[in-house]
Amino acid sequence: MNEPRLDPDQLLARVERDKAKAKRGRLKIFFGAAAGVGKSYAMLLAARERRAENLDVIVGLVETHGRADTEALLAGLEILPTRKIDYKGAVLQEFDIDAALKRRPAIILVDELAHTNAPGSRHPKRWQDIRELLEAGIDVYTALNVQHLESLNDDVGQIAGVRIWETVPDTVFEDADEVELVDLPPDELLLRLREGKVYLPQQAQHAIQNFFRKGNLIALRELALRQTTNRVDAQMLDYREDNAIREVWQVNERLMVCIGPNVLAERLVRAGKRLATSLRSAWIVVYVETPELARLPAEKRDGILRVLRLAEQLGAETVTLSAPEMSEALIRFARERNINKIVVGKPSRRGWRRWLLGSVVDVLISHAHNINIYLLGSPQLGEREELEAELSLFKKTPLPGLRQRIPSKTRRRYRGYLWAMAVTLLCTAVGKMLFGKVELANVVMVYLLGVVFVATHFGRGPSVLASLLSVGVFDVLFVQPFYSLSVADSQYLITLLAMLVVAIVISNLMVNVRAQAKVAAHRERRAAALYAMSKELAVAQSERQIVATAVKHLYAEFSSRNVILFANPAGRLIYPKQHSLPQSLRGADLSVAQWVYDHNEMAGHGTHTLPGSAAIYFPIQDEDKAIGVLALLPVNLRRVFLPEQQKLLETFLRQIGQAVARLRFAEQAKSTQLQIEAERLRNSLLSAISHDLRTPLSTIIGSASALVEDDGHLQAQHRLELGRAIYDEAERMANLVNNILDMARLDAGVVELNKQWHPVEEIIGTVLTRLQKHLARRKVSVSLPPGIPLVFVDAVMIEQVLINLLENAVRYTAAGSELEVFAQNVGNTMEISVADHGPGIPKGLEDKLFEKFYQARHESAQSGVGLGLAICRAIVEVHGGRIRASNKPSGGAIFTLTLPNDESPPLMEPEE
Amino acid sequence: MAKTHPVIVVIEDDPPIRRFLRTSLATHNFAVFEAETGKQGLIEAGVRKPDLLILDLGLPDMDGVEVIKSVRGWSAMPIIVLSARSNEQQKIDALDAGADDYLTKPFGFGELLARIRVALRHASRPAEHTQDEVFIVDALKVDLRNRVVSVDGNEIHLTPIQYRLLCVLIKHAGKVLTHQQILKEVWGPSYQENPHYLRIYMSQLRQKLESDPTQPKYLLTESGVGYRFKVG
Repeated sequence: MNEPRLDPDQLLARVERDKAKAKRGRLKIFFGAAAGVGKSYAMLLAARERRAENLDVIVGLVETHGRADTEALLAGLEILPTRKIDYKGAVLQEFDIDAALKRRPAIILVDELAHTNAPGSRHPKRWQDIRELLEAGIDVYTALNVQHLESLNDDVGQIAGVRIWETVPDTVFEDADEVELVDLPPDELLLRLREGKVYLPQQAQHAIQNFFRKGNLIALRELALRQTTNRVDAQMLDYREDNAIREVWQVNERLMVCIGPNVLAERLVRAGKRLATSLRSAWIVVYVETPELARLPAEKRDGILRVLRLAEQLGAETVTLSAPEMSEALIRFARERNINKIVVGKPSRRGWRRWLLGSVVDVLISHAHNINIYLLGSPQLGEREELEAELSLFKKTPLPGLRQRIPSKTRRRYRGYLWAMAVTLLCTAVGKMLFGKVELANVVMVYLLGVVFVATHFGRGPSVLASLLSVGVFDVLFVQPFYSLSVADSQYLITLLAMLVVAIVISNLMVNVRAQAKVAAHRERRAAALYAMSKELAVAQSERQIVATAVKHLYAEFSSRNVILFANPAGRLIYPKQHSLPQSLRGADLSVAQWVYDHNEMAGHGTHTLPGSAAIYFPIQDEDKAIGVLALLPVNLRRVFLPEQQKLLETFLRQIGQAVARLRFAEQAKSTQLQIEAERLRNSLLSAISHDLRTPLSTIIGSASALVEDDGHLQAQHRLELGRAIYDEAERMANLVNNILDMARLDAGVVELNKQWHPVEEIIGTVLTRLQKHLARRKVSVSLPPGIPLVFVDAVMIEQVLINLLENAVRYTAAGSELEVFAQNVGNTMEISVADHGPGIPKGLEDKLFEKFYQARHESAQSGVGLGLAICRAIVEVHGGRIRASNKPSGGAIFTLTLPNDESPPLMEPEE
Repeated sequence: MAKTHPVIVVIEDDPPIRRFLRTSLATHNFAVFEAETGKQGLIEAGVRKPDLLILDLGLPDMDGVEVIKSVRGWSAMPIIVLSARSNEQQKIDALDAGADDYLTKPFGFGELLARIRVALRHASRPAEHTQDEVFIVDALKVDLRNRVVSVDGNEIHLTPIQYRLLCVLIKHAGKVLTHQQILKEVWGPSYQENPHYLRIYMSQLRQKLESDPTQPKYLLTESGVGYRFKVG
């Protein structure tokens, strides 16, 4: 019962892929061996069929090349107007992607997949336009010739002797949902060519002599057929996988391509791609930067960068390792990642040098057991130079922004040579002093010390100079015959040779050590930068803080001006409202940023999308979903696009993304908490007011009906009593409603304080006047120290607090018992207290009292919703003060509000 | 008969309140005319030439303050405004626009009647005449001609500003005055931004005239609006 089963991870990946595909538009490629085989024709025929099926088919762009039969097929199809771009005086007609996205047809025809867009277009390449159309869910029909496939670039170059510059990544071809091979035997194609059906006659003649040679056509046709077969194979495999047919290929196939800073790198990558495709395996392109390689000139390093980017385009994972020893690093990496196939170039060292110095390949072969090693033939010597001269990525125009050279260190080096001379001079002086007193060998040692010193401090050049000078001077001054370079005793030749070797070995060692130290220091700095940022991000309490932290650290690390944009609820990115930092980037292009946000892909300067913009835009992601965009304006693109820097930036972005996500989760949790709280409050409000509103209403309705329905039996005294009942209850209700409204207003935070300077005495006076009726049978003693300062408050609100406190005191204390109101200035605060001689506050409830809907005694006939004290607290708190309740030692409760009073009172002009 | 009963026009959009005002005012021998909107109210006020106008500030068609300004354009008739709670600024605006007094809803009829009486008394006896009189409330006696103030027969010394302040309040006794109105009359227009001057002087005045300044009998604070000299 050993049913072959798919690995669950694979199954999941498949489901995800199918899901992604279902949303995407479908891509159909009409694939041919060469121009003129009838791709456009076939495409238009297919389009007409779809049209006949009533599908919304439009023509985005079709090149008819003036062919009449093709043009005839265009009739009756909707054609999207092209975008006209004025480029250096010429008007170029380009496919209008925005119009297409706006029009949103079911199917769109866009010819020439490999086309390069005019400068200033959104994407440099048409296949990128098409990818965007697909992502928008639009089906696309397009056409492609085999020679434009990226991985076949070398082969086609070899066959046709022509280098094709317009290429399409293989992934586009592989991800196509359908590939229709448009095949035409070479003879027929040539016939069509001669008949002028492909090009105009004179062009045709030229073409037949060059690209369209029969041999070429046969080879290209074979390539096209093979490519299509490969696809069919892959589909077959997919099918088998889908149907759980036992796999023939290994599941964990992993391929590693090792590249170096030479012309072979590009070929290795393409070969690796082909091998990976045929093996259906994941592949990794690895570059080991040894200390020597780290010292390469900038253009060589840029070349590597470019090859790594090409590899990424072809679907590889790229890794840059920094290690002193190449083969060791490769083997370690291969083991870590379970690599079972390695593609390397043939060793470049030959003969004795290979024997003596070894080669990476040899070490790999002898150490990497269980790993198959593929060697890619290196070109012949002459050919190699030719390649280097003509084709290599290393010679292409530099990456934008990578032009700046690192300033040369000639001055420092110059100084090193001077030092070499000085040291030799010093050694000579010392030697001269010792000469005759000690053995000559010890004089040699003095020079050796000098050479070692120079080697350790100034590197190879100066140390070689020092050793040569030392040997020379030593020979002239200390070896007979004196003052001559001739060496009488040939044994000193050994001394000279040894000195030279020591100088070179030590300086080499030192240089390597220093380079490694530099690399280590760089790494440590990066790690430190990352650590510093993550530490700050971890404690950031707001998006604003996160942005400030990120912008600051990005500036420190990449010397770039930055801005981080977040989307509003509608999904539109907006510029941050807060004041920008000195390191902030002003004037980021929101439309580019929006594109990045929507597509969750980087864009801008130095990328393949909208390279015309000044800044680079990166999506900030949380779990692969874009949650914001970083716009970064680098001073030097190298600082962003060097592999190690790019990794660092990625880590930065991940950290920022996580910090923002963490914050949003926290906010969400908080708002959920608040909602629950609000819900709870609403419930208690409803239960409280339903009781407290109904009770007075019953009295009012009952008493009023007694008055209304009276047929003359009610005595005047009873009528008065009923009227009073109505009046009292209505007043109670009015108070209740007022309290609820006040609380709502305070809760909503819409209360605006009208703070002014008031005498405390007047506030208390107003309160007592307003409560006259309430306090009718109470003695209220007020004590204010003389010369008590003014308070800066909203008097109406503070009066409300005192009214609530006094009403409470009246409610909860025995009739006739005395109440006290007093105030005092304590430091920078004003304390106003209301005290009573009642039963006091039950223990432990001092704080609970101020909660909404809390009533100390529920059975109390004197009802209130329990909002009074909550309102007091809210009012005092908007004033920046505190309110607390406690029991006096002598009995009774005391409520004290403490109001900040640290502003200096206004000056008064003295009278007269 | 018609002339002997004071005429009151009520501008109020809420029918139950109109009914309550109509019924209770009629029992006290006022002739009541009603209007639902500001425009209608202005017409009523123009046609009926009332002795007093009761105006709700929350009208559906226009701002009550505009109604006051419009009426003040041609008449000095007393205006009492009715306003919602916790809207001090609206009351101040209405008073500054020329309203004589205000009442906060909900209010009792007794209160309304007291305000109407004060307003009518003021209207029938222009303020200038009080200049020559001796003003007496309870224990407080102010001889306006000789500028002598006494409480319980004891002469009280007041500074010029305190005295001026007291005179302004007495002149409008029973009527609410906004801070701005008092500041303007006592100190002049340039002191409008210094309401604490007024509060401090008021507090000094209370210290001198009231037996218990925290439970004032004469100099009442209208919270958030202004002051009123209480009579009767």
